[in-house]
Amino acid sequence: MDILVLVKRVPMVGGKMVLTADGQDVDTRLSGFTVSPHEECAVEEAVQVTERLGGTVTVLTLGPPEAADQLRDMLALGAHRGVLLETDGREWGPIATAAAIAAAIGELGPAAFPLILAGNEAADTGGYQVGIRLAHALGRPCVTGIKRLEVAGDLLRAWRDYGGGQEEFELALPAVVGVKEGINLPRYPSLPGRLRAKRAQIEVRKPAWQADGLRKIALRVPAGSAQRARVLGHGAGAVPELIRVLGDIGVLAPAGRAEADGTVA
Amino acid sequence: MTETPDRASAVIIGAGIVGNSLAYHLARLGWTQLVLLDSGPMPNPGGSTGHASNFIFPIEYSKMMMELTRDSTEQYKELGVFTQSGGIEVARTEARMQELRRRCTQAKSWGIPAELLTPEGVRKLVPYLDDAVILGGAYFPTVGVVDSLRAGTLMRERAQQLDALTVVAGAEVVGIDKAADGRVAGVRTSKGDIATDVVAICCGVWSPRVARMAGARIPLTPIVHQMISVGPIALFDGTEGEIGYPIVRDVDENMYERQHGGDMEVGSYAHRPIIVAPDDIPSIDEAVLSPTEMPFTSDDFDPQLERALELMPDLLGDERAGVRYAINGLISMTPDGHPVLGETPEVPGLWSVAASWIKEGPGIGRAVAEWMSGVTPEVDIHEADVSRFYSHQRTTAHVTARAREAFNKMYGIVHPSEQWQSGRPVRVSPVYQEERDLGAVFHETAGWERPMWYKHNRDLLDRYAGKLMDRGSEWESRWWSPIINAEHLAMRDRAALFDLSAFAILDITGPGALDAVQRLAVAQMQVPVGKVVYTSFLDDAGGFRADLTIMRLGPRHFRVVTGGATGMADLKWISDHLPDDACAVVTDLTSAWTTFGLWGPKAREILRHLTDDDISNAGFPFGTCREIEAEGLTVLASRISYVGELGWELYVPIEQGRRLWEALFSAGLAYGMVPAGIGVYGTTGRLEKGYRAYGADLDASYNLVEAGMARPKVKEQDFVGKAGYLRQRAAPPAAILCTLTVDDHACASGELRYMLGGEPVLSAAGEPLTDAKGRRSYVTSAGSGPSVGKHLLLAYLPPQQAIAGTPLLVEYLGEQYPVTVAVAGSTPLFDPANERIRS
Repeated sequence: MDILVLVKRVPMVGGKMVLTADGQDVDTRLSGFTVSPHEECAVEEAVQVTERLGGTVTVLTLGPPEAADQLRDMLALGAHRGVLLETDGREWGPIATAAAIAAAIGELGPAAFPLILAGNEAADTGGYQVGIRLAHALGRPCVTGIKRLEVAGDLLRAWRDYGGGQEEFELALPAVVGVKEGINLPRYPSLPGRLRAKRAQIEVRKPAWQADGLRKIALRVPAGSAQRARVLGHGAGAVPELIRVLGDIGVLAPAGRAEADGTVA
Repeated sequence: MTETPDRASAVIIGAGIVGNSLAYHLARLGWTQLVLLDSGPMPNPGGSTGHASNFIFPIEYSKMMMELTRDSTEQYKELGVFTQSGGIEVARTEARMQELRRRCTQAKSWGIPAELLTPEGVRKLVPYLDDAVILGGAYFPTVGVVDSLRAGTLMRERAQQLDALTVVAGAEVVGIDKAADGRVAGVRTSKGDIATDVVAICCGVWSPRVARMAGARIPLTPIVHQMISVGPIALFDGTEGEIGYPIVRDVDENMYERQHGGDMEVGSYAHRPIIVAPDDIPSIDEAVLSPTEMPFTSDDFDPQLERALELMPDLLGDERAGVRYAINGLISMTPDGHPVLGETPEVPGLWSVAASWIKEGPGIGRAVAEWMSGVTPEVDIHEADVSRFYSHQRTTAHVTARAREAFNKMYGIVHPSEQWQSGRPVRVSPVYQEERDLGAVFHETAGWERPMWYKHNRDLLDRYAGKLMDRGSEWESRWWSPIINAEHLAMRDRAALFDLSAFAILDITGPGALDAVQRLAVAQMQVPVGKVVYTSFLDDAGGFRADLTIMRLGPRHFRVVTGGATGMADLKWISDHLPDDACAVVTDLTSAWTTFGLWGPKAREILRHLTDDDISNAGFPFGTCREIEAEGLTVLASRISYVGELGWELYVPIEQGRRLWEALFSAGLAYGMVPAGIGVYGTTGRLEKGYRAYGADLDASYNLVEAGMARPKVKEQDFVGKAGYLRQRAAPPAAILCTLTVDDHACASGELRYMLGGEPVLSAAGEPLTDAKGRRSYVTSAGSGPSVGKHLLLAYLPPQQAIAGTPLLVEYLGEQYPVTVAVAGSTPLFDPANERIRS
């Protein structure tokens, strides 16, 4: 199966976000770029599916020429082909973005990519829109928030957490799926993978910019958003507090069960 | 929560390996009420220590760096955080094989275990390495890795156990206060202010920023070193502990591969130099990983991947092993590659303890703690003195240009005479253009462009054919020319004119001037006006601190003339030892005076063309100085010599230098005088006379008696280091500085090879020589002696070998050459009675 995965070049940020002087962008002079964890998981999922069933993984991004770096990062993880819809650096809204991607897919062949994976939402704008708009443009079913999926013939089964339970979907391919972090544990790039990525040709297309409904006025960092490490304590005295925190974030097995398993040392 | 004390005996800023080590050693030396601050959390506040690859190679060409590394390794061992792994530098080229032989030979000089390996030998130790891509390797079995964060924690805790230290984490320094007299008065932090009169900046890449708060400059720049960690490596599954295989330095590719648990760390110095200004380093809050672990730029690293895969194809080519960690790690680089240590010349009480690698951290902490405590550091760290820099060398442009240039040479084959290309010329003499017209080949010292030899003297090559000791091998002829030896012979036959504008000139004046120089100098300074005194300065323990001449120009006026390289450090040493009541002051007049040297049998006849003053031997004897009228100028003439000939140093105001040069030049023509470069002044002329050079033959690990420079009597007056000097004189020397001649230069292939310095001196049986103080004998200076027809070496030898005529061996690039002790002590090989100088 040939799978298309959509990714987006976004700034890598630490605990405290710094904006450019004009308030128009995140200051990236020294911070670097990445794709969102959702998208990294989407690529991993696609690679795993093709490892099982055969086929190819194409990663596509719309962004400036430098976004080719992120495509190569994904190629290093096992994707086979990278397509860059190159922009001139202007901001693209979700309507225009989805339209450009739909047009590009059309040019690649209408039947291409029975499965299209997108990250659930972009890490920077958080619009939750491009995947859904693309599905609409292509006339495909779409499901988002997916943390597990299975492909069986022309059918796709997908699961998502909802209100403490799970929803299960069945979609006919071709379809578009919005994937959430946690669906898998993405691999690290191998050195041979990086080398292949470095040598790969990136296909570049240049869609025309279109104004769409959304216009950025300025960015603002909300007060108190900086996160700091907190020292829980020192030595053995810190253990109760540590256990409480581990319990709060839900990574600790309930005491009773652990004891029964004999896993508490 | 620790409360910030409002007063401290010293505030140490920065809790990396250096700050922790300094805190511990100060506490050990008896300091109490110390405060150690960091803006980050313990135990990893986010500086370069936190991302260091933490391995230690003991081999260094610099004796200081070797000794700091040796001491650090001992300290890491004592702390229980050292794991010996061995390390191998591999060669992909023939040039590198020669370099590895040079490194193994240097290791022998320092007593460091080292062994040259065949490709198969390398593979035996590193089974995952493809030996087809290498020509061999140098194995250093005592290489190891350390846990530097743990070491820092342990040292901090020891200082706390001594009840000497308060640690304040998360306190950002926002200002450093000074008292009215300019001395440090306190540190202001985000967690409160601390009054103190001693502040130590141990802030690594942030040091320049913190120093600037007090108005001082620490010349270093943060620069990126890329590192990735690849794993899991299946082969490392069975390894016990952190490391089970030797660290590999793929030096031709500027890379290293080092096991770290289940991963292989691959580091690179091959990428473009990426400089980050200290103000641009992200704060802890802004940083994605830590402030000094900046986002990896894969474009820069990608070209290195193939090289790494070539060397370790199966291990690194494993598709299941991924790049789990990749950073652009920030490290510090300085304009000359050495750390920046000591009290800043701008702000009394403000100390710089910066630009240290993990391998030197504990040693530097100890040495600086000793220095701060008024104890002479056991390791001579004068080459790392923060006061060594001239003003231009502390500019951002200079620091970054030199860092850029040095970065890709981190694992390079760097010749001992290697010249910088960037940031030149800066300091030029008034006859720079004339020298260029003469084809001067310039080498740089302290920013000065100094002619090393003059290409226009090449017609002397025919004249002295057969006596030039020309060098066939590319390595030894690099940064060298046989013209140097031809200029030397022309000087000995007739005369030569030298440009010595790079001398640092420091005047000490005032009613207390005599007492001040008397306190500094070993030699008697109560001499008549017009006397020139050659003397050493000693440190408090009696080790060499400086080696220079002092002219007495007036009852209250002394002029110190010293080398350009040490000028600024000497200036600080003098300033620090002047009386507090300002009855003597020191003034740097380097930029006011230019100096030429005129030496050779014809020197007097040439100078006579310019002056009617009495310059006869009786009227102007050796060892005196005075003003003469020459060519319508008032010239300060000083009759001394570093090359063993009749002649003078001639000082004129710098703007008049050209007139004097031109007059000397045209007067000299009829006598066959030549311009001669520093190759003669600093090496050939000097070595034939057995003159010792500070920094090469003289450092704090040897003393005046061993150097053969002790005079028959010790002056009555007190001087710095006198007690130590008296102790040295009371006991027979453990080693004696000797002049050796090389008897046969032919290597195994028949090519003639010439030592350049640093080589181990061996017994006739080929065993290293070690003196009673445990110091190995090695060549401290090397060069041609054209007038004696021998290649000359200086080396400290144990008394049993320090006997003229003793046959010994010197190892050079892995082969041994016969040498003979020509002179034990300081008697010159050429003109031993010094008749020429006194003629």
